[in-house]
Amino acid sequence: MTAPTTYAWEIEARDLRVRAGRKMAVDGVTLALGRGVHGLLGPNGAGKTTLIRALATVLKPASGELNLLGGMELRELRRRVGYLPQEFGHYRRFTVREFVAYVAWLKEMRDIPAAVQRAVERVGLADRADDRLKTLSGGMIRRVGIAQAIVNDPEVLLLDEPTAGLDPAQRLKFRELLTEIGTDTCVLVSTHLVEDVAAACTDVLLLSQGKLVFQGTPDQLAAKGTGQHPGDSPIERGYSAVLGFPHRPGSW
Amino acid sequence: MNRGPRGGTAHPSDQLLHRYSHDQDIPADQLWAVESHLESCGPCRGRLAPEPIAEAVWAGLEPLLDATPQMPRTRAWRRVHAWVSPAAGPWLAMILLVTAAAVALDRVGVVVGDRVSLVVLVAPVLPVLGVAASWGRSLDPAHELTAATPRAGLPLVLRRTAAVLAVTVPGLAAAGLLTGIGVVRWLLPCLAFTVGTLALGTLIGVTRAAVVLVAAWAVVIVAPTIAFSRTALAFDQAATPVWAGLLVAGLVVTAVRRMTFTRLEGNR
Repeated sequence: MTAPTTYAWEIEARDLRVRAGRKMAVDGVTLALGRGVHGLLGPNGAGKTTLIRALATVLKPASGELNLLGGMELRELRRRVGYLPQEFGHYRRFTVREFVAYVAWLKEMRDIPAAVQRAVERVGLADRADDRLKTLSGGMIRRVGIAQAIVNDPEVLLLDEPTAGLDPAQRLKFRELLTEIGTDTCVLVSTHLVEDVAAACTDVLLLSQGKLVFQGTPDQLAAKGTGQHPGDSPIERGYSAVLGFPHRPGSW
Repeated sequence: MNRGPRGGTAHPSDQLLHRYSHDQDIPADQLWAVESHLESCGPCRGRLAPEPIAEAVWAGLEPLLDATPQMPRTRAWRRVHAWVSPAAGPWLAMILLVTAAAVALDRVGVVVGDRVSLVVLVAPVLPVLGVAASWGRSLDPAHELTAATPRAGLPLVLRRTAAVLAVTVPGLAAAGLLTGIGVVRWLLPCLAFTVGTLALGTLIGVTRAAVVLVAAWAVVIVAPTIAFSRTALAFDQAATPVWAGLLVAGLVVTAVRRMTFTRLEGNR
């Protein structure tokens, strides 16, 4: 069991602004996230990746306040965070086990072999654990990415587009894993697949042009949409409604 | 049973031990006597051990032990990558190759005239590539992952840089011996360029710093060498304090701006 926490929210940001190049990609975001699975939705270029990078402490906010796990020393904090970048760069000559163990070493963990075995089993790669990464398919590489993110049993888990490259069956498995992890962890998943959010998330954040335009449950998002809005499911219509897409068939 | 040595009970017979170890029916008083004797008599416990029981237990356990996952070659492997960046391997090999090629060409002495040493010429630029492979965005595919971990930062950067120097410097030292070039002429420029990559890296990112320094090397060192067919002024005895000054300045900048290496801007 984990010790009782001394903070109200795992992730707390107030009026956060983060620059990506010259552009202010995240422009005044205020949010408070606790345990559970939070889906981060938004069109391409909305600032999802920049926001997640700032939460992963690899980008310094231009202004605003960011409190992770109640605010602690950077190194201590990073031991409790798991992060899967959008472009999951990896070493092709490493085996699955070697790669996850190397990340575990970077996370300053103890008892690495046992933790690696557990993480590799959770993503269903135990039978490929000693194969080199260059022999794995795209979907399997994604699962290695998820394994390295959860190897330290993080309290904050940040996943940037984790379902890209997974086939439908793997995505179902992944949602199950997310729900399981979300019971005692604060998980933030960015995705552009609205149905992933509907199925696995307790909470949806909608980002548009660097601003948070919606926060609520998937049902609340679905309720925003009407038959007038484009989309194949209630939640897609809600997404279109909040982003203010007009219904113009055929247009991009 | 007879009285045994040291006032204990006598050693049980083979037959009795066999029946005991196979859980066969033994009268309660004999069972008690065998058990209390075994507790105090090592040799008799030894007589029990080679029984087929032990082998049967082992036969049952062995397949389970085989199925337990083992971590192969973990220690040595991790010890290497605690220092050498996993992306740097091919670049370290290239550094050694270039050094060897410079020695070979120097010995032939046909490339840039007799008064110029190729070993001295390539010495500054060699470690720059190794450092870029250790912390740069373009050569290290896992740079973003690494930057977000608690180990990211100056200590890890320095470890990886040390690994690069551990290959470059002995290589150049051997080259210096073979071609008869003094240590002073190549060591300071080599170290200054290494630290310069890190220092400039904290300002504009290691990848860009490497590009800038390779360009500077081409303009300040290679171009005059080719133009005048003699070793560039930069390698004069008189230039030694300048190199030393650059080295110290680089160390100071790197130390002051060390937090850059915990963020993505250090990789650019």
